[in-house]
Amino acid sequence: MFSFHGITSSVQTWLNNTFNPTITVMIESVIVILLAIALFAALGLVLVIMERRVAAFMQIRLGPNRVGPWGLLQSTADTLKLIMKEGLTPDGADKFLFNLAPFIVMIVAMLILAPIGFAKDFQIWDINIGVLYLSAISSISVIGILMAGWASNNKYSLMGAMRSGAQIVSYELSAGLSVLSIVVLTGSLKLSDIVASQENGWWIFKGHIPAIIAFVIFIIAATAETNRAPFDLAEAESELTAGFHTEYSGMKFALFFLAEYINIFIVCAIGATLFFGGWMPFHVGSWEGFNHIMDYIPSSVWFFGKTFFLIFVIMWFRWTFPRLRIDQLLNLEWKYLLPISMFNLLLMTIIAIMGWHF
Amino acid sequence: MFLKDYIKDVYGAVKSLLTGMRLTGYYFTHPKEIITQQYPDNRDTLKMAERFRGEVVMLHDENNEHACTGCSACELACPNGTIKIINKFDITPEGKKKKAIDTFVYHLELCTMCNLCVMACPTDAIKMAQTFEHSVFDRNKLTKKLNHDGSKLREGVE
Amino acid sequence: MVEELGITAEGDQVINIGPQHPATHGVLNLVVTLNGETIKKVEPHLGFIHRSIEKMCESLSYRQFIYVTSRMDYLSSHINNHACALCVEKGLQIEVPQRGQVIRVLMDELTRIASHLLWWGAQAMDLGAFTPYFYAFRERETITTIMEETCGARLTMNYMVPGGVMVDLHPSFQQKVKEFITLIKSKIDEYDELVTGNIIFQNRMKGVGYLTAADAVSYGCTGPTARGSGVHCDVRKIYPYEVYGKLHFDEVLETEGDSFARYLVRMKEIKQSISIIDQLIDNIPDGDFQAKTKAVLKLPKGEFYQRVETARGELGVYIVSEGGTTPYRIKFRSPGFSNLSALDHMAKGGKLGDLVATMGTLDLVIPDIDR
Repeated sequence: MFSFHGITSSVQTWLNNTFNPTITVMIESVIVILLAIALFAALGLVLVIMERRVAAFMQIRLGPNRVGPWGLLQSTADTLKLIMKEGLTPDGADKFLFNLAPFIVMIVAMLILAPIGFAKDFQIWDINIGVLYLSAISSISVIGILMAGWASNNKYSLMGAMRSGAQIVSYELSAGLSVLSIVVLTGSLKLSDIVASQENGWWIFKGHIPAIIAFVIFIIAATAETNRAPFDLAEAESELTAGFHTEYSGMKFALFFLAEYINIFIVCAIGATLFFGGWMPFHVGSWEGFNHIMDYIPSSVWFFGKTFFLIFVIMWFRWTFPRLRIDQLLNLEWKYLLPISMFNLLLMTIIAIMGWHF
Repeated sequence: MFLKDYIKDVYGAVKSLLTGMRLTGYYFTHPKEIITQQYPDNRDTLKMAERFRGEVVMLHDENNEHACTGCSACELACPNGTIKIINKFDITPEGKKKKAIDTFVYHLELCTMCNLCVMACPTDAIKMAQTFEHSVFDRNKLTKKLNHDGSKLREGVE
Repeated sequence: MVEELGITAEGDQVINIGPQHPATHGVLNLVVTLNGETIKKVEPHLGFIHRSIEKMCESLSYRQFIYVTSRMDYLSSHINNHACALCVEKGLQIEVPQRGQVIRVLMDELTRIASHLLWWGAQAMDLGAFTPYFYAFRERETITTIMEETCGARLTMNYMVPGGVMVDLHPSFQQKVKEFITLIKSKIDEYDELVTGNIIFQNRMKGVGYLTAADAVSYGCTGPTARGSGVHCDVRKIYPYEVYGKLHFDEVLETEGDSFARYLVRMKEIKQSISIIDQLIDNIPDGDFQAKTKAVLKLPKGEFYQRVETARGELGVYIVSEGGTTPYRIKFRSPGFSNLSALDHMAKGGKLGDLVATMGTLDLVIPDIDR
């Protein structure tokens, strides 16, 4: 079976032999940064075109199909346009914070990338508190949004930012609790352990109904945390025109836009890792032959396949449902999702203690 | 009792959401339902309805003859001042003066395609054409002369 | 005290929604006083698309002024034209032939369906669901194609003339309309699946934008806005014109008075319009489609008023004639203007999101308000 492990370890051995350890770490960091930025750019372009085509097909349209083959270069052309546009800073804005906000949002999105395993033995940083790290860092992105809304000196932006703050703080809870229910099963916060524990079946199949409930809650909370419809109150188009990024233009707007899509990718990657086994192929208990065939599909294909399936589900939500109102949004969290996920965690703990899962 | 209602609420809500998703999912998986017309590409097959009102044209037959007597009924019927008829006086073989049109000026930029001029015309000299691509780079081109050069009134039209 | 006077209290913020805003469906400016997310006051500012249509009509003849009225409420332009034609006919005392009347009613009801379909899509879009808009436009497209074949235009048809209709029906009209009726009947179920039954949509619409029957009357609301509060006000029933008196259809009334009631009224009105078309489409009488009229129309000296039910409510046309070829004064009583005036009352105390939902159910067409 093909593995990235060979490549990464041979690169490291070669670097260690050539340079002293400090320079090795620095060179490796540069390589990782370049790879991360390249992944970001590629993901942004792919996800934007994917969203537009998915939306178009659900809306009985064709979508962008003129630029490049099947319109695949449309998002590249859009990016070029955005780069060439003037990055306007409004007169009354707090200029420093206004210009800082998009970078904060972007840096947070980049930081979350670290502990995610993209393929077998292909992970930037296999930290032993991976899940904790993820939930800690992902809460920071709200600071960028609040900063953007406040610094714009625009009432629409401020309202969007405030809505976003209330929303993300609330939905962190149920997202955290549903993630915890998988941690209870595996007994480890390390993401590579969680993936390894799913070798004989994914948690969504092994964990009975509580795992399915946890997954549903997770996907709802993930949609809310990324400010996507039906929870897109922060940028509710028909109410706040564009919410917190009303005043942004050019590349600064593009960074917000890109960060939104990267965040979707990341929450879906986390969902895929926790509930669908990350890069782990589809294994069924003791069917040796079947498992063997599944192993032939590269692990990165499994990871990206699962992630993009979840992304598709989130897009499906967006193009089907109307938006919630702010009080209903908080009601949903505090009256429905939080009690259910707490009860679910209890159930999951009982299952884990009694060893009822497979 | 409270718990039963609570679960019923959640069940009903999830069911209604899934019903909606089933519909959008149906359209997503059935690309034959797509209704987009790729306009400049389908120009050859695009057929406008026969009564479609695109612009006013004057009908000329193969002898370059039209039916406009220059009565200016259309000019009067037009609500926007779109039509201006400039008349001249032809000398008939009998030596009499006879009114005929010199220029039928049509301002496409003012026209709202209301069809009142066509209705008013007593000799059916003008009609609405099905063309609809009217954009030009110079707005002077929108002021048109409807009667062809050298055309004359058809025999027997009064 | 300060709040009663509508003067901004400390902690309030005033935001301008419009004239360029996705929720206002046009150039309407709402000056909204907010306390956090809660609405304290809504003040509509009008006039951004005022084209002085009433004044323009004074210089146009009785045949010509009808086409201008298509530009008022452009979503029910047939019905606007119909009102003007009826008013002129009242002055001239022309009897429209049966065929002409039936064609007019058919066109009116098709227009009403098209208008309600567009409203349905726009309402869903106001609440953040974009997909219904395209489904609504797909069916509306069928209607505009039918209109295009018979009338020659898709939106501003100018098909009604004093004395009847401009040209006869297209030969394929009956068949096309029947096909459309079978199509729309199946699609309405899809609409209910996608939007009406959706739990998020229901929660957004139920219990917001209350308007009691007494308030609806005192604000002069008409059409589905008032019928959602249980006010019996369908002009087609109260003052039947054309062949409406002989038709069997129900006036849709909901007593709830909230946004969802107004939504239901419109959805049920689509079904009523379908039943009207069902009754008429096979029974179009033969004969003339237009009464004989003089080339130049002159209304006798006097005042003439005619009201019709557009997709938005009651449209009144008031003509003062001095006996000449042009009207001395024309006044349109447009439904959107009165309905908009109730917005402040309905949105007060709600959230900002409710304002958008409530404004959507009023089905505002801004050129209709400003004229």
